[in-house]
Amino acid sequence: MVFREYEFSSNLKLIVAFIGAIKLKFGIVVFPGTWSEKDTHHAVKGVLRQDAEYIWHGDESLDQFDAIVLPGGFSYGDFLRCGAIARFSPVMEAVSSFAYKGGPVIGICNGFQVLCESGLLPGVLMRNDHLEFRCIWTDLKIENDSTMFTSGATAGQTLHIPMSHGEGNYQADEATIELLEGNGQIVFRYADADGNVTPDINPNGSINNIAGIINERGNVMGMMPHPEKASEKLIGGDDGNVIFKSMITNIAGSLA
Amino acid sequence: MPVSQETLDEIALSRNEYAAIIDRLGREPEPLELGLFGALWSEHCGYKHTKALLRTLPSSSDRLLVAPGAENAGVVDLGDGLAVCFKIESHNHPSAVEPFEGAATGVGGIIRDIFAMGARPIALLNSLRFGQPDDARTRYLLNGVIGGISSYGNCIGIPDVGGEIFFSNSYKGNPLVNAMCVGLIEGGDVATASAKQPGDLLLLVGADTGRDGIHGASGLASRSFEEQAEMRSAVQVGNPFLEKVLIEACLESLSLPGVVGLQDCGAAGITSAAIEMAERSGMGLKLMIDRVPRREEGMTPYEVMLSESQERMLLAVTPGQEAPVFELFEKWDLYATVIGEFELGENVRIFDNDEQVSSTPVVTLTDAPEYKFTGKKPEWLRGLQNADPSAVPLPSTSPEETLLKILAAPNIASRFPIYRQYDYHVQTNTVVEPGGDAAVLRLKGSKRGIAVSTDCNGRICYLDPEVGTVIAVAEACRNLSVTGAEPVALTDGLNFGNPETSDVQYQLTQSIAGMGRAADAFGIPIVSGNASLYNQSNGTDIFPTPIIGSLGLLEDVEKHATAGFKKEGDLVVLLGSNSTWDDIDGLAGSEYLDLIHDKVIGQPKIDIDLEIRTQAVCREAIENGLVASAHDVSDGGIAISVTEAAVIGHIGVSITEAPADRWDAAMFGESQSRIVISISTDDLEDLQELAEAGEVPMKVIGSVGGDSIDFGSGAVSLTLDAADDAWQNGFSRATAG
Repeated sequence: MVFREYEFSSNLKLIVAFIGAIKLKFGIVVFPGTWSEKDTHHAVKGVLRQDAEYIWHGDESLDQFDAIVLPGGFSYGDFLRCGAIARFSPVMEAVSSFAYKGGPVIGICNGFQVLCESGLLPGVLMRNDHLEFRCIWTDLKIENDSTMFTSGATAGQTLHIPMSHGEGNYQADEATIELLEGNGQIVFRYADADGNVTPDINPNGSINNIAGIINERGNVMGMMPHPEKASEKLIGGDDGNVIFKSMITNIAGSLA
Repeated sequence: MPVSQETLDEIALSRNEYAAIIDRLGREPEPLELGLFGALWSEHCGYKHTKALLRTLPSSSDRLLVAPGAENAGVVDLGDGLAVCFKIESHNHPSAVEPFEGAATGVGGIIRDIFAMGARPIALLNSLRFGQPDDARTRYLLNGVIGGISSYGNCIGIPDVGGEIFFSNSYKGNPLVNAMCVGLIEGGDVATASAKQPGDLLLLVGADTGRDGIHGASGLASRSFEEQAEMRSAVQVGNPFLEKVLIEACLESLSLPGVVGLQDCGAAGITSAAIEMAERSGMGLKLMIDRVPRREEGMTPYEVMLSESQERMLLAVTPGQEAPVFELFEKWDLYATVIGEFELGENVRIFDNDEQVSSTPVVTLTDAPEYKFTGKKPEWLRGLQNADPSAVPLPSTSPEETLLKILAAPNIASRFPIYRQYDYHVQTNTVVEPGGDAAVLRLKGSKRGIAVSTDCNGRICYLDPEVGTVIAVAEACRNLSVTGAEPVALTDGLNFGNPETSDVQYQLTQSIAGMGRAADAFGIPIVSGNASLYNQSNGTDIFPTPIIGSLGLLEDVEKHATAGFKKEGDLVVLLGSNSTWDDIDGLAGSEYLDLIHDKVIGQPKIDIDLEIRTQAVCREAIENGLVASAHDVSDGGIAISVTEAAVIGHIGVSITEAPADRWDAAMFGESQSRIVISISTDDLEDLQELAEAGEVPMKVIGSVGGDSIDFGSGAVSLTLDAADDAWQNGFSRATAG
């Protein structure tokens, strides 16, 4: 499948009205040890009424999918280093070529770690600076609202989304960070509810409070917090849907 | 040849029990057989000290799909084609020796119990007891246990939604680590832990078998701690990744036509799992022990049979239908090996390389002796019960200072520093997060939800094991009712001292009597249980600690209540009492007396009928939409309950009446059956009607608002910030070392 360049809509109301009529096919990669695949499936299919299918880590073809999700969990037990073994699985070769062709890929938590290990995104995710696992609600400041993952939000706005990880401390060398900052590749930063980005609010020690980044081409995004865990008001909030809705709108637009 | 005392000690069998084995077999047992007896006659597997008592507990209910005892746990029908099973298991002794792995494998073990029933694990809780955290070794145990639970639970993708932690030097050196797991069964497909017919194959799946955990059940769990210094090899090492894969593979395997039975390998490993399966199937079993895949070379049949290597399960499979089973497990990169065959007959026959090394009747092995108790009420207990709380002087600190000190105490302060290390969101069902009275989970595809909690105040049970256990049941249920959930079933984790002493026999007998009385009064069954005995250190028994796990049902999960005050101007109502403040007797066994005066005295009391009526009114008020917030009054009394509701809700509160002369008893007394709720003024009349119809006393005691916690127009007053700081940071400060 060849993707044409995306045109982004930032009008949320339009998007919401629009996606009711769209049915895209999400592929959700399952490694042994993945645990967020069902939550992602529920958010994408149960809540947003899109098609979604699981992709086993041994699968090698992703041609039938419109977007790929690498969900959270502990792929292969995160032995050695988070995501370090998953990157060698057959499906990751397929994900790489899917991304190379311009296909949209989102990596969440462990999926972000796998993307970094695979070289699809720069940098690494180190152990949280306080050395503890952390499960808390975070407020993510939208830094770039012109990506296909965030066009339904507005820059400066915050999204209330939970995180759950022991290794989310994003780091990269100075030149890379400079490049990411300069190109608008920082998508989310940890902030307070009013959008203030301060060291105090940083839950894991990540450089510049980075919570999520995107590749230069704009089709591969990784984030530590879990948008699929914020899919309904009943479970504490539905801010995570903005990300999936943005993807749906932009992908549908590109396919039209 | 007569067996040596050393050998008997190693497997924790008494001389009398050894004589009974000879009597039953008509001969001396082989060393391998002796190992089997030691494991199966341990308290952990055989319940020899508690079986007779446990039979007295209520175990029937219209809601039960599977009766307790028939399988690993009873199964409770929730309607809408959904059912749950749940159980608590202790891992106290392993956690005392190696806290990280001990706690981690405790979590792993209880999860296997639950998915063995064909249930998908949907929630974990843990109930922990430690010595006071001012001790370095206690902090090591605490951090290890929390780390182990965090490491195992987070990796495996099951939310850890609640539990409790309590500090008292009664548990110093002998921490209690009880883990509870709740599993969901859809469409009534309960798996059975038995074979269908002779010829069925016995498959071992999952991890290889190593030398870890040998004598875990018979040795560790049956000893006190002076003996344990060198027992580290009796602790198992967990691999949550393997267990996660095992859950998926086993649950998937149940849809294959050839898979007829599923059983977890827990305490006493293959011995307990396979032989219990044979017993449940009413068949004999041929075990080919040499086929068990091993981690180490040179393991003897004895070691293989008694290994407690983790992450292993047994399957019963129809012969000829094993190929798809192998295929499925291979897909998950797991071993599956035929290690035996069910057969006609009544013996378990063990073969090593085609040579029969043992043949013993199954029931001879599984029918552990039963001990009747003779314990009588100890004199020292009468002394503690009769001690008069009014003889305790008022503290030298002001009411404000005392309130702050209790708010920040390790037993009262917010547990956020602990549970933020556990994933409580995964599976996206968590409607009410940890930090309140009970966690509430939605059930996808249904309007219904469940609430889950654990509770037990060991101090109160120490002062009166019967009444204390009634209170434990009442509180575990009250925690559910304040969310709006109706209690439907209980599980118990019995943690007691040395059952060979009269005092502990008295405690056990009384405690189980109380549990039965309370469960009967609530009209709900106890669907599963676990017993951990010989919990003592330095020769002293722990507080009797019958931990109660409770499960409640919400018909409409949207209609639930949470603990924090919500809105300026709401009325604060005390349900269950017509007096704002507690009286002096409420100090019995209270946190206040222990913390401030270092005293554990008094006679705890509860009116179980009032308790049940109070909970019913609270639930009805929540269902009718009258309740803005609801929080139970328990440890720390009404002053703590009100302050917590304010801090959690980020809004102040003003209680009209000033506490009386004995302000300590008034504020911190722990009389039962009280719930603090807040309501809109418009709803007062409706609530009064409900309370009157339900014959429950109630009183409007104040109103929500402002930025202070105020009793009696400034007679006692704290800023919300000061209370928040004490409560939020108390735990971290107390455990910082």
